[in-house]
Amino acid sequence: MQTIIKNWNWRKFVFEVLVLTGIFMLIQYGISNGLLNSYHQINLSSMCINIMLAVSLSLINGFTGQLSLGHAGFMAVGAYTSVVMTNMLGQPFILGILMACLMAGLAGFIIGVPTLRLKGDYLAIATLGFGEIIRVVLQNIDYVGGPAGILGITQLTTWPWLFAATVLTVVVIVNLINSSYGRAIISVREDEIASELMGINTTYYKVLAFVIGAMFAGLAGAMYAHYFYIIKPGTFNFMKSFDILVMVVLGGLGSTTGAVIAAIFITLLTAALQKWAAIRMILYAFILIVIMIYRPQGLMGNKELTTKTFGRVWGDKK
Amino acid sequence: MSLMEIKNLHKSFGGLTAVLNFNFDIEKEELVGLIGPNGAGKTTVFNLITGVYKPDEGRIFFNGQDIAGLPPYTICKKGIARTFQNIRLFNDLTVLDNVKIALHKDVPYSLMGAICRTPRFFRGEKKIEDKALEYLKIFNLDNKKDEIASNLPYGEQRRLEIARALATSPSLLILDEPAAGMNPQETHDLMNLIASIRERFKLSILLIEHDMSLVMGVCERIYVLDYGQIIAEGLPEKIRNDKKVIEAYLGEEV
Repeated sequence: MQTIIKNWNWRKFVFEVLVLTGIFMLIQYGISNGLLNSYHQINLSSMCINIMLAVSLSLINGFTGQLSLGHAGFMAVGAYTSVVMTNMLGQPFILGILMACLMAGLAGFIIGVPTLRLKGDYLAIATLGFGEIIRVVLQNIDYVGGPAGILGITQLTTWPWLFAATVLTVVVIVNLINSSYGRAIISVREDEIASELMGINTTYYKVLAFVIGAMFAGLAGAMYAHYFYIIKPGTFNFMKSFDILVMVVLGGLGSTTGAVIAAIFITLLTAALQKWAAIRMILYAFILIVIMIYRPQGLMGNKELTTKTFGRVWGDKK
Repeated sequence: MSLMEIKNLHKSFGGLTAVLNFNFDIEKEELVGLIGPNGAGKTTVFNLITGVYKPDEGRIFFNGQDIAGLPPYTICKKGIARTFQNIRLFNDLTVLDNVKIALHKDVPYSLMGAICRTPRFFRGEKKIEDKALEYLKIFNLDNKKDEIASNLPYGEQRRLEIARALATSPSLLILDEPAAGMNPQETHDLMNLIASIRERFKLSILLIEHDMSLVMGVCERIYVLDYGQIIAEGLPEKIRNDKKVIEAYLGEEV
């Protein structure tokens, strides 16, 4: 019995690695042969960054059930920290990335401890406020350019970096969710009192999810800053947090694959509607309304798309 | 030494005194019932013991340690588990996951181990799964392990809740009206089940119940609560004939 389980895991692992390597190689080939022009590449980067943001927020909003509206704030912390490390202090990119995660995680901890005792709408408002505070603070620090932000950041984010960061985000969060720790986190969403009475320190797990989510938002911020040459506080405003929230809700609260699919969809939609930027927001709202009416649980509900699902579709009985 | 001893417990909500001067004790492997009319404060007592409410005054000694005012998850880890009057399962999760969550307090691998998927993680998950299935088997729920908890029929939800509470490996199990909404046959089965889990797990059980046949049938000792105060305590026969108890339930003779 045990060997069967082991073998199955092994097969699944090999399959996943093959698929991921395939995607990586294909796009790498496309980039180096000029099949993917810079327009494609920019959208590809946004897609990866959006996946990181959506998946990390889905850990907080979807799995822990804590409505947070300040995700862009953590992204800003990551973006600014990494740029200060690389551009201003001349440190290598990897160190910038690590510091970005660390500082964003720290910000998550500082914000999470007092706010996570709030529930529902109160928590949403508090996190919204904190997100804005981060933005306003950055606006007023002259060292990082004040409202104008930082220009001329060296472009260090390459496809391998983006790919690695995205895969890391998804793998860490999926592995976390599918473990006893993940079940503890989900039980907080399901029934906080019952969870607490089953021996689960709900405050600890709420803060844990919040910090991990913030760390990966920081990672996304570092990737963003070193791809788009420029960061300014205005980029990380409430609307950005809202964008990420839309992806999570669209994908389905409590589904990582849902968040990934929604992030890809929204990025493509944004790219397609670039000429009509004003309409984009109306369309967003419209899509949300339609989804809430006809599919309130989001595209995927709380289901996941796994290799097992594919296996079933292909009639693989193992 | 008794397993749990409560001394002078007191709790009021604003001007309303819910529990007043409550004294109580339960021995190891004893089955004690707590009865009383609606609104007598029975559930409040349970909430005070399990840490959902903090007592205003009084001490709760469990295995000699004062646990009054500790957070619920600490009290659970010390060995007190409970079910709820209105079932509180993790509704969107499977039957198996419901029990697995209760096993989390003894999780055999670290957070990093889970993220990196170490061999220890796989072994630990296997152990958790086997243990959870073992509990489900006792309650005849193992063939429904992949069902979503909220889709179970009422009686099975009740049983799942008891299974989940037992999975935290308590030495005191607190059941808040386990027979609520059950028909006489189901109540009878539940009685046998309660007696058998006490035998099997060697634990003490404290029971709130309205169904007198259940209380009188299984409890070794009964406390009667009225208006937040104990009005009688003793063997079932004694309680059955106690004047104060009859008064509390049926009203005074004119």
